[in-house]
Amino acid sequence: MAMTEAEMRERKEYAKKAGWKIFAIWLVLSLIGVALVLYVWGPHMPPGDMTTSAASQQFDFKVLTAMVVPVLLMVWVYGAWSLINFHATKTDRGDGIPLRGNRRVQGIWYVASAALVLFLAGFGTYELINGNGVGSGEGPSPIWKPTAKHMLVVQVIAQQWRFTYRWPQFGGMETTSIDLPANTTIQFDVTSLDVIHDFWAYQLGVKADANPDVNNVAYTTTSNQLGRFTVRCDELCGIWHGAMYNYGHVVSKSAFYTWASNMEAQNASVTKLLPPFATTYTPSYSGAGGGYYPSYDPNGHAVTY
Amino acid sequence: MNKGARISIVLVSAAVAVGLILFGIFGYLRTYPPTVVFTPSPTQPHTVDVTLQVAPDVGPGHAHPSWPGWFAKNAQGKWVQTTLYQVPERTYVHVTVYEYDSGGPLRNPIWGKITGTVGNDAVLNGKTVSLLNAAQGFGVGHTIVAPALNLSVPVWGLSGNEKTFCQTGPCTLSNAHNVETFTFYTGNHPHNYRWQCFIPCGAGYLNGNGGPMATTGYMAGFWKVVA
Repeated sequence: MAMTEAEMRERKEYAKKAGWKIFAIWLVLSLIGVALVLYVWGPHMPPGDMTTSAASQQFDFKVLTAMVVPVLLMVWVYGAWSLINFHATKTDRGDGIPLRGNRRVQGIWYVASAALVLFLAGFGTYELINGNGVGSGEGPSPIWKPTAKHMLVVQVIAQQWRFTYRWPQFGGMETTSIDLPANTTIQFDVTSLDVIHDFWAYQLGVKADANPDVNNVAYTTTSNQLGRFTVRCDELCGIWHGAMYNYGHVVSKSAFYTWASNMEAQNASVTKLLPPFATTYTPSYSGAGGGYYPSYDPNGHAVTY
Repeated sequence: MNKGARISIVLVSAAVAVGLILFGIFGYLRTYPPTVVFTPSPTQPHTVDVTLQVAPDVGPGHAHPSWPGWFAKNAQGKWVQTTLYQVPERTYVHVTVYEYDSGGPLRNPIWGKITGTVGNDAVLNGKTVSLLNAAQGFGVGHTIVAPALNLSVPVWGLSGNEKTFCQTGPCTLSNAHNVETFTFYTGNHPHNYRWQCFIPCGAGYLNGNGGPMATTGYMAGFWKVVA
């Protein structure tokens, strides 16, 4: 049986009131949820704030999550309200007010979705530029470079199945461990001697693919937060991929220079055996053994910082 | 034969086939080389002696006879082809390696430096060394590198043209060889410490790092440090 005009008006009135109530509940819960995300959960979100790129990534996660909360709550509040109130009663004689053709509702939905997506596109782009790549590998010719005059260059050499590190500003020494000074801008030159690996310094918010014959540059600036960080290969690179990790430390500048000087002295003998520092190296593909040397030119192609 | 019996036969046959396939797969995946257990002598409770050799080919009777591989001498004095060695914690491990394989340059010369041993050195054919220049002489044959123990020891290789060059393992002292000894401390954290060779000696495989390099029992294994 069709509804009468009076019943229709009554339902419209009811729907209007319900809409405002849903909106009010959603607004209050959203404000609480966003505040909780920004001020309670946010500061503990990974990867922390050990570097500018890590802090930037944490900020991005906070913003994204804060934007998700109202959308999620809208669905949940409307769903809960519907389950509790929008069920048929014994005296019901028809459906509720149809949403189809309701231009206002449709308009709000389109505009809100478009605004959200466009904001995210703009925000993401701004964050990428503003954060000098936010710790990601930018390839051999990075377009977003830090403005710092002095940068510490650390070359990450991946090989099955271990990372080693070369330090062009410390005589080109190579180490199996990595320490970094606090409050310093770091340039990571990431490359590989064999297959594709991925250098992921989790707490530093730095992640760059290590490709053979490619120099993948990533930047970050350490904060004054000292501590340990984890380096992990994040590209399936063979049988011992899961074991390809090590730990590094962000230490005070004085502790770093002490460490670097000690390592330089300890490794002096083996440093003499290393090829000249270059951005990439080509190992021998003969199968067994074979040294690595600067790409394309065993006698040159050296780079100085 | 009625329909029910035929269906039963089909179902039972399918179940047996699936069972056999799963048994084969998991049997293969759970295949490990033996672990050689090294225990201290009553007179020297905190030291163990480990004797190893590297053969250019492990020889017939093994899964991959033409691959290079490591052998360990067990308590009965028998050579066992394996890379799994069990040693006690808080123990000095005296390792003697007989290298019977040829050498070559290291892909990364950093693995020529000896670290993690007592004194950060080793004794090669009676001479103390702390660094091997793999670009000279016959180069490095293989290496023992256990990252979590900071242990890295290159072992000097031979010329492949030696008259008495060993063809298949286990080799004997009558074959041309180098002897290298070193000692490392196991520490107080019982754990299975992964070790591998850093000479990409998987000839014929991508970058030389497949085959024996990627197979436990040949060029990769574990130091099992137990309480």
